[in-house]
Amino acid sequence: MLSFLLRRVLLLIPTFLGVSVVAFGFIRVLPGDPIELLAGERSISPERHAELMARYGFDLPLWDQYLKFLTNLASGDLGTSFVTRRPVLDEFLTLFPATLELGLCAIVFAVAVGLPAGVLAGVKRRSWFDQTLMTVSLTGYSMPIFWLGLLAIMVFSGWLGLTPVSGRISVMYYFDNVTGFMLIDSLLSGQEGAFRSAAAHLILPTVVLGTIPMAVIARQTRSAMLEVLGEDYVRTARAKGLPPARVIGLHALRNALIPVVTTIGLQVGVLLAGAILTETIFSWPGIGKWMVDSISRRDYSVVQGGLLLIAAIVMLVNLTVDLLYGLINPRVRRR
Amino acid sequence: MALLEINNLSVEFKTAHGAFRAVDGIDLAVEAGQVMAVVGESGSGKSVAMLALMGLLPWTATVSADSLTFDGWDMLALSPRARRRIIGKDLAMIFQEPMTSLNPCFTVGFQITESLKTHLGGTASERRARAVELLGLVGIPAPEKRLSAFPHQLSGGMNQRVMIAMAIACNPRLLIADEPTTALDVTIQAQILDLLLDLQKKTGMALVLITHDMAVVAETADAVSVQYAGQVVERDRVDSLFAAPRHPYTHALLKALPERATERHLPTIPGVVPGQFDRPKGCLFHPRCAFAGDLCRAEPPRLLADAQGRAARCHGPLDAAGQPTASRDLAERAAS
Repeated sequence: MLSFLLRRVLLLIPTFLGVSVVAFGFIRVLPGDPIELLAGERSISPERHAELMARYGFDLPLWDQYLKFLTNLASGDLGTSFVTRRPVLDEFLTLFPATLELGLCAIVFAVAVGLPAGVLAGVKRRSWFDQTLMTVSLTGYSMPIFWLGLLAIMVFSGWLGLTPVSGRISVMYYFDNVTGFMLIDSLLSGQEGAFRSAAAHLILPTVVLGTIPMAVIARQTRSAMLEVLGEDYVRTARAKGLPPARVIGLHALRNALIPVVTTIGLQVGVLLAGAILTETIFSWPGIGKWMVDSISRRDYSVVQGGLLLIAAIVMLVNLTVDLLYGLINPRVRRR
Repeated sequence: MALLEINNLSVEFKTAHGAFRAVDGIDLAVEAGQVMAVVGESGSGKSVAMLALMGLLPWTATVSADSLTFDGWDMLALSPRARRRIIGKDLAMIFQEPMTSLNPCFTVGFQITESLKTHLGGTASERRARAVELLGLVGIPAPEKRLSAFPHQLSGGMNQRVMIAMAIACNPRLLIADEPTTALDVTIQAQILDLLLDLQKKTGMALVLITHDMAVVAETADAVSVQYAGQVVERDRVDSLFAAPRHPYTHALLKALPERATERHLPTIPGVVPGQFDRPKGCLFHPRCAFAGDLCRAEPPRLLADAQGRAARCHGPLDAAGQPTASRDLAERAAS
């Protein structure tokens, strides 16, 4: 088990290097340079431009810039934003809890709705529930996030007035940032109504961000269930006189979960990509919105550092899922 | 009253091309403690009839019967909940594919104790002790250690022993073994059959052995029911059936046994079992029958028993010499 873990961790290194090349190269192939954007509409003299390019090291050959990026990375330095002049890692750590809170809520929503719905659709194949779910999930899966987000705001916030439009909490409340999770901090603050406000602000972004993973999980669970229900061991479980809830919920589901867990792991990447759009639509101060803002500001160190950190999270989550896989599937467990 | 009584059982499957009758009016009676062999080619409805008794058929199947009683219970009238109290406990079944019939995600010990917990209760340590005892009973070495093994860590033969242990866990009154040795190596087949018969003698349970192997029938069973295309074509005690089969199909099956072969080439039965679309008129076996006459082509025979209770579905059952006892020709029949 230990050697398996070690091998998997070692395999992350080449992946990480590849990601670093992409993260470094991506922002530099975009037209426009950061100094010009910094200067804004006021024009800047060529001398001043060259001076600033030299100060941030943008005049060096790309190869040298990349090596510098890597050597700094090796000492744990992701660089400094030249817009806010704060270290990239600090900015990331400040904003990440907001994304994590939204992402966790979205994945919990996706699994809590998608998994039982998929099981039920698989068991009651071709029923009206199955057909409705498959249609709805296909719609949800095909709907662009920004469109779904705008639609949700228009209907639930605009017409019905049920949910807030944007942000993490109403401006009426102010309290210290303890954990970075608004749901927890609002409870800790003890202010009446703060938790309700934080929860209400989470609903729409959670649903919008969680819709695609939910649709994918529901469809994957359904097809896994259909396959497993035809297996001999399910017939054996029935032949033992076990109640249907146990046959389906234990014997069938345990096997159906194997491909579903892989899917859930892969959805984390989808979730972080979706967070960029969702956070922008709902003005959610997380790393997604941070990335979008930094890209438009051509804040090179923030974009390359942020992308690297996001990629690292996705890799770690997938590693965790692979290890979990061994827990639920004894056939791949190493001795 | 027999332990298991099946009268006129039919099973139809809904298919894209209409209904398919897999079991066509089967009768079967099994006494307590009896070993009954059900024999027939693939597609003769052997397994389907037993799955219908267990209530394990998919939703596409429609089951009908004049009576389907086990131990006095009308299995068709029982609620699913009441049926679940019987199957797995008094009425157990093992299947053809031991490698896929056990759940790959759970240990052998879990799967055996689960049956015990469902039907008998008891404490966890009692169930564990019983599981060890059962694994010993079915001849698995080091049973204590095997409790924590997963099915993929055991061989096919071992898995079938686990299946048997699971099936006999609650001391069933009837065990249905659906081709329990078909998927196993030849050397293991004999071991598993010996084990089943040994357990049957020890516990006094009845055993329905579904097989297509006549040699297995000769070695193991008390009585035998031969099925063809969803119907019972012959029913008899094993000794008299092997001495003098009355139905031409059984006759041909026995002639195909290597032990009985007299020629260089093993005799075969030409053709295949009729399917959904090519069910013949008259006797279902007539296209493959060596003795068929125009009566066989016109009129389906009924299953009739003689004075000794030997039943055959034939217009002119064979005598001890293997010759028809009555003409299958309409004109000759009318004359006599």
